[in-house]
Amino acid sequence: MFKDGNLIGKDSRMLKKNAGAKLPKFNINKKRMKNRIFLSRFSRHLFSLSAVFALVVLGILLFDIISESLGWLNVKFLTNNLSIFPEKAGIRGALIGSVYLMLIVIPVTLVLGVSTAIYLEEYSNKGKIANFIKVNITNLASVPSVIFGLLGLSVFGRILNLGSSILAGGLTMSLLVLPIVVVASQEAIRAVPGFLRDASYALGANKWTTVRKVVLPVALPGILTGSILAISRAIGETAPLVVLGIPTLILKIPTGIMDDFTALPIQIYYWTLDTVLTPEYANLAAATIVVLLGVLFIMNSAAIIIRNKFQKKF
Amino acid sequence: MSIANEKKKEAVYDVRGLNLWYGEDQALKDINMEIEENKVTAIIGPSGCGKSTFIKTLNRMVENIPIVRTTGEILYHGDNIFDKSVKVEELRTKVGMVFQKPNPFPKSIFENVVYGPKIHGIKDKGLLMEIAESSLRSAALWDEVKDRLNDNAYGLSGGQQQRLCIARCLAVQPDVILMDEPTSALDPIATFKIEELIESLKKDYTISIVTHSMQQAARISDKTAFFLMGELIEYDSTSVIFSNPKDKKTEDYITGRFG
Ligand SMILES: Nc1ncnc2c1ncn2[C@@H]1O[C@H](COP(=O)(O)OP(=O)(O)OP(=O)(O)O)[C@@H](O)[C@H]1O
Ligand SMILES: [Mg+2]
Repeated sequence: MFKDGNLIGKDSRMLKKNAGAKLPKFNINKKRMKNRIFLSRFSRHLFSLSAVFALVVLGILLFDIISESLGWLNVKFLTNNLSIFPEKAGIRGALIGSVYLMLIVIPVTLVLGVSTAIYLEEYSNKGKIANFIKVNITNLASVPSVIFGLLGLSVFGRILNLGSSILAGGLTMSLLVLPIVVVASQEAIRAVPGFLRDASYALGANKWTTVRKVVLPVALPGILTGSILAISRAIGETAPLVVLGIPTLILKIPTGIMDDFTALPIQIYYWTLDTVLTPEYANLAAATIVVLLGVLFIMNSAAIIIRNKFQKKF
Repeated sequence: MSIANEKKKEAVYDVRGLNLWYGEDQALKDINMEIEENKVTAIIGPSGCGKSTFIKTLNRMVENIPIVRTTGEILYHGDNIFDKSVKVEELRTKVGMVFQKPNPFPKSIFENVVYGPKIHGIKDKGLLMEIAESSLRSAALWDEVKDRLNDNAYGLSGGQQQRLCIARCLAVQPDVILMDEPTSALDPIATFKIEELIESLKKDYTISIVTHSMQQAARISDKTAFFLMGELIEYDSTSVIFSNPKDKKTEDYITGRFG
C-alpha cells in the first residue's frame, strides 16, 4: 500500500472513509499472556540447546581429527609427493590437482553463472520460459553430486573424450556448483535498488550500460560472496570425482589441464579406505582433512570479509 | 494552421489525448496539455492522481513498468515521442529527471556527475572535469564539494545529494528537467536552496515539477496543472490557479478542503 513513501490513491481514500470508524472493544486475556511468556522462555532454551548440540558435535569432530593429525601435519607433508611409506607420503600432487581444478571451476562458473543470472534478472521477459529456467536451476542446486559425476563421466569423459583429466573434472565440478552461483548472483542482482537503475536510465543509458556500470558493481560483493561459498563446495566434493574415475596413485605431478590428477578429497577418500592394512593412513587422512578444512576456513572468511566490507547502505 | 504552427514553436511538449493504463487500471485519462519553454510548470493534485505517472511518461520512464500501456501522442518539439524512429536514450538525454528520493550512484561525487557524459562517449579527462565543474556550479554545489570530488556521494547530506542529482542531470545538457517532488525528503533549508536553484535554472531550461506543497508551487512556478484521479482538471498560469481558479474542484483542493 505504500509506494514512494506515500499512500497510494485508493488506499488514502479508503483511510479517509474509515477515519471515523470505531475500534471494537476487547479485553486482553491475562491468563493467556502468562502462558505465552512461559512458552517464549521455553522455546528460547530449546533453541539455544540445539545450537549448543551442533557446536559440541563439531567440536568433538575437530578434536578427533586434529589430534590424529598431530605429528603428521608439517611442511614436508605439504611438499612431499605421494609414497607408499606413510612417513614419506605427502599431498603435493593432490594440492596441485585441487589448485588446477579451481583454475577451471572459477572462471567457468563465474562467467557462465553471472551471465545466466544477468539474463534471467535483467533481460528475460519474466514469462513462462524464464520461469521454467529459473525453477530448473533452483532444482539443479539440490541434485545429488553423484548424478553430476555420472553426467560428467558420460559427456566430458566419454563423448568429448576428456577421460579423467583435469579439464573433465573441472567442467564436471563447474556444472555442480553452477546453479549455486546462478542463484546467488540472481539474488545479488535483485538486491540492487531500483532507484539506481532508474537514475541510470533517466540519464539516457541503455540496458547493457546500466547493467555494466551500475548493477554489476553494486551486486559484485554479493556475487563474490556466493561464488566463493559455491567454489569452496567444489573443493570439498568427492563423489563426482570418484565417479569420473580420478585415480589416487598419481606419482606424476600434473603440468597441464589435459593431465590426469588427484585432488584433496580423493586423497582423503583413498587413504581412509586402506586404514585396515596401514593404520598410519588414518593419520595421513586426518592431516589432509585439516589442510582441506584450513583452505575452506580461509575461503569462508574471505567471503565474510568481502560481505562486511562492501555491504552498502542506501 | 498558421496559428497552430506558431504555438508549436514555444511549446516544448504538446500532449494530445494521452491515456495510460497500469494493467486494467487507467491512471491518466485524455490529458491535453502544452508545456512551455523556459517556464516552470508545477503539477499538483492529491496522492494517487497520476502526477508521477504523467511526468514519467514525458521521458518514457513508465515503459520500464511492463504492464503499462499508453494511447495518444506526446509531441516533443513537434515529434511524437512514441514514434518508432525516436530513440528513448536520445530523448532522455534531452529530458532529464530528478527523483523524489535523492538517488546518487554509490560512486564518487565526480563519477556521479560525469556518468552521463561518460556513457555517451566523452573520454577526455580535461573535458569531463570541465563538465563536472560547470554542472556542479549550476547546481550550486561546487563550493561545498570542490575539495572532495573523489569522496563517495553517500557522504553528502540529503540536500547536497539532491543537488548532486540535479548536477548529474545537467551534465548531459538537457533541455527539459522533470522533477518528481524533489524536496519532499528534505528539510526547509535544503528545500529553500533547491527552490532557489530552480529559479536560476529557469532561464536555460524548461522545468516541470511535481509538488505536494501549494506554497512551493505558488513560489516557483509560472504555470500550474491540477490533476485529479487521472484527469487534468485545470491548467493555467499559477497566479490564476491560486487566486481565481475556474473549477470548483481546483478551488477545493488549493484551499485544503480535500487532498
Ligand atoms: N507501478 C504501478 N503499477 C500499478 N499501478 C500503479 C503503479 N504506479 C502507480 N500506479 C497507480 O497509478 C495511479 C497514479 O499513481 P502516481 O504514482 O502517478 O500518483 P501520484 O499522483 O504521483 O501520487 P503521489 O502524490 O502519492 O506520488 C495510482 O492509483 C497508483 O495506484
Ligand atoms: Mg508521485
